[in-house]
Amino acid sequence: MQQSNLDFEYKFGFSMPQKYTFKSKKGLDEGVVKMISQMKKEPVWMTEFRLKAYGIFKKKPMPDWGADLSKINFDSMYYYIKPTDKQVNSWEDLPAEIKNTYDRIGVPEAEKKFLAGVSAQYESEVVYESINKELNKQGVLFCDMDTGLKKYPHLVKKYFGTLIPPHDNKFAALNSATWSGGSFVYIPKGVKVKMPLQAYFRINAERFGQFERTLIIAEEGAYVHYIEGCTAPIYTTQSLHSAVVEIFVHKNARVRYTTVQNWSNNVYNLVTKRARADENAIMEWVDCNIGSKVTMKYPSVYLYGEGARGEVLSIAYAGKNQHQDAGAKMLHFAPRTSSRIISKSISKAGGRTSYRGLVQIMPGAKKSSVYVSCDALILDEKSRSDTYPYMKIKQNDVSIQHEATVEKLGEEKLFYLTSKGISKSDAEGLLVNGFIDPVVKEIPLEYSIELNRLINLEMSGSVG
Amino acid sequence: MLQLKKVSVKVGKKEILKDFNFEFEKGKVYAVMGPNGSGKSTLAYAIAGHPAYKLDVGSLKLDGKEIRDKKPEERAKMGIFLSFQNPLSLSGVTVFQLLRIALGKKKDPLELKNEVETTARRLKINPELISRSLNDGASGGEKKKLEMLQAAILDPKLVIFDEIDTGVDVDALKTIAEFMDGNKKGKTFIVITHYNRILHYIKPDKVLVLMEGKLVKVGGAKLAEEIEKKGYEKVMS
Repeated sequence: MQQSNLDFEYKFGFSMPQKYTFKSKKGLDEGVVKMISQMKKEPVWMTEFRLKAYGIFKKKPMPDWGADLSKINFDSMYYYIKPTDKQVNSWEDLPAEIKNTYDRIGVPEAEKKFLAGVSAQYESEVVYESINKELNKQGVLFCDMDTGLKKYPHLVKKYFGTLIPPHDNKFAALNSATWSGGSFVYIPKGVKVKMPLQAYFRINAERFGQFERTLIIAEEGAYVHYIEGCTAPIYTTQSLHSAVVEIFVHKNARVRYTTVQNWSNNVYNLVTKRARADENAIMEWVDCNIGSKVTMKYPSVYLYGEGARGEVLSIAYAGKNQHQDAGAKMLHFAPRTSSRIISKSISKAGGRTSYRGLVQIMPGAKKSSVYVSCDALILDEKSRSDTYPYMKIKQNDVSIQHEATVEKLGEEKLFYLTSKGISKSDAEGLLVNGFIDPVVKEIPLEYSIELNRLINLEMSGSVG
Repeated sequence: MLQLKKVSVKVGKKEILKDFNFEFEKGKVYAVMGPNGSGKSTLAYAIAGHPAYKLDVGSLKLDGKEIRDKKPEERAKMGIFLSFQNPLSLSGVTVFQLLRIALGKKKDPLELKNEVETTARRLKINPELISRSLNDGASGGEKKKLEMLQAAILDPKLVIFDEIDTGVDVDALKTIAEFMDGNKKGKTFIVITHYNRILHYIKPDKVLVLMEGKLVKVGGAKLAEEIEKKGYEKVMS
C-alpha cells in the first residue's frame, strides 16, 4: 500500500535538528501562561488578557459539531518554544539549520522575485524578517505580532481581540492565552501596497502547538494582499495549529487574504478568521486547504458598513484520513452589502469534506445580496462530502442565490481522457485541477502552480 | 492491422456485439453502418478499451499483438484514437492541456502550441475554443472538429470516428471530411455512421453493415448508396 502523498512527503517531509534556547513544560496551566507573557516582556494588560482567556478556555466545552476532535490531548503539548535568542534582520544572520529549512521550502528564491517582505515564522518566534524599503517609506507596518505589541502598543490594544474575543470559541480562547508570533500589518490611509505581503509558517517540533496571531488593519482607502502559505514536516504524534486572524477593513479599503494550507496529515488545524468591513470596503478570503488531518475553518466577514462587500473563495482537498470541515460566514449588518461564497471541495481515498456556511442578513440590511455556490467532487466510493448551508434572513427586499452541486468523477470523463493516451492518475489530476480552476485563477501565479502540482501529486499517489 | 476474431461484448448481462469477425487493413477507409442500437458504438468502445465494454470472448489484435487486456491509454499509445460521438465537456481543461499531457515529452510545448493553432485554423475552429474549457459551450460541429484536431496532433495509426456526422452542419461536415481526406495517408479510418451523409465527401473502401449486434454484410462504397436509397430493411432482406 502506498501513502497517499508519498512524493510530497518525500520532498517536504523533513525535520531539521532542533536547537532551542527555551521550551516550556508539557501541558497548560496559569503558570505556563504567565511565563509566556513574562518571557516576552509583555505589558500587564496582555498578561491579564491571556490569563482571562485561559480561564475561558478551561470552562468552554469542545465544539459538539464539525469534525472529530476527541483525539486532541491538550496535556501532551508544548505551548511555548523559543528557537533562537533574538530576531535577526538579514538572511545571513540566520542559524544554518533554519536557513536550510527555508532553502528547502524556497523562501529566499521566492523573495528575490516577488516578495515585498518576508516574515518567516520558525516555530513560535519570528526569526527572520526583512521589510522592503518601499513599505517603510509608505508608512506600512509589517512585523511579527510580538514586535507589533512592543513597538505599537496603542494600535494593538485598540484592535486586538475586539473582533474575535476569547469567549468566541474554545480555540480562540486557547490562542488568546498562548499566542506567539503571527503577523502585524498596518496600512495607513490611502496607501496601496502593490506587492503581496507574504509569511511562511512552519512547525518543526513534535507535539508542539502553534498559536499564531495575526492582526491586519487597513485604514480608509488602503489596499493590501496578504499571503499565508504553510508546509510542515511529518510527525507521528498529533499536532495542533490554532490561529486567530483579525482583519479590520476601514471605509473604502480593500484587503485580500490568501491561504495555501498544507500542513502534514497529523495536524489539527483549527483556525478562527474574521474580518470587519466598513462602508464600501471589500474583504476577500482565498482559502485553500490541502493538508492537515482535520481542518475546521470558516473565514468570515462582518459587513458593518453600507455597501461593504465580502467574498470567500475556497478549495478543500481531503485524502486518506483527512477531514476538511471548511466554509464561510457572511453577516450582513448594513444596507446594500453583498457577499459571495464559492467553495470547491474534493474528496478521495476515504477523505471527507464538509462545506459549512452561514449567511445571516440582519434586520435593516435591505437591498443586500448573497451568492453562494458550493461544488463537491467525489473521486471514489469510499470518500464523502456533506453540505451544511445555513441561511438566516431577517430582512425583506434582499437577493439570495444558492447553488450546490455534487459530482462523482465519472468513468466516462476518465475514459475520454485515457482513450487519448493519458494515464488514469494524470486524467484525475487534469479533471480535479480543472474543477478548482475558477478559484485557482484568483491565486498569485507561484502559488497556483504549486497548488496544481500538489493536486497532481495527490492523484498520482493513489492506489490502483 | 486490426483483427477481430469471434469478438463478443456484453454490457452488464446483455450481449451487444455478437461473434464479430473482421480484419481492418492498413491505409483503408471503412464505413460501419447500421440502425440505432445495432452495436456500432459498442464496437468503437471495445476497440478503444472502455472498461465497461470488455471483450467477453474473442481476440483483438493490433498489428499482430493481442490488446484485449490493455488499458485505454496503452491502446492510445499504440496508435488507436477514438473520436467520440458526444465529446464530454471538461470544465477547466483545455484541448492544449489534454494534448500536452497525452504527448508527454514527445513534443516541445511551444512547438505543440504552434501546431495546435495551425491545425485549428485549417479546421476553421474558433480560436477562442482552444483556450476555453474543452467542449464547454461548443456546438455539435465544433466538438467534432475539436476531436479531429486531437486526432491530427496525436497522429494515430487507426482513427475511429463514432457518429462523426450527427449534430454537425453541412459546412462543418465538409471541413471535417476534407481534412480527413487530406490526412489519410497510411492511416486506417473506421467511420461509424448512421446516415450516408459523410460518405458523400469521403469514399469508403469498404462498408460494413451491423444489425442487432451482428456483422451482416460487407460491401463496397455502392452498398452505402443502396442503403441510403432503400433503407436497411430492404437492403438486408
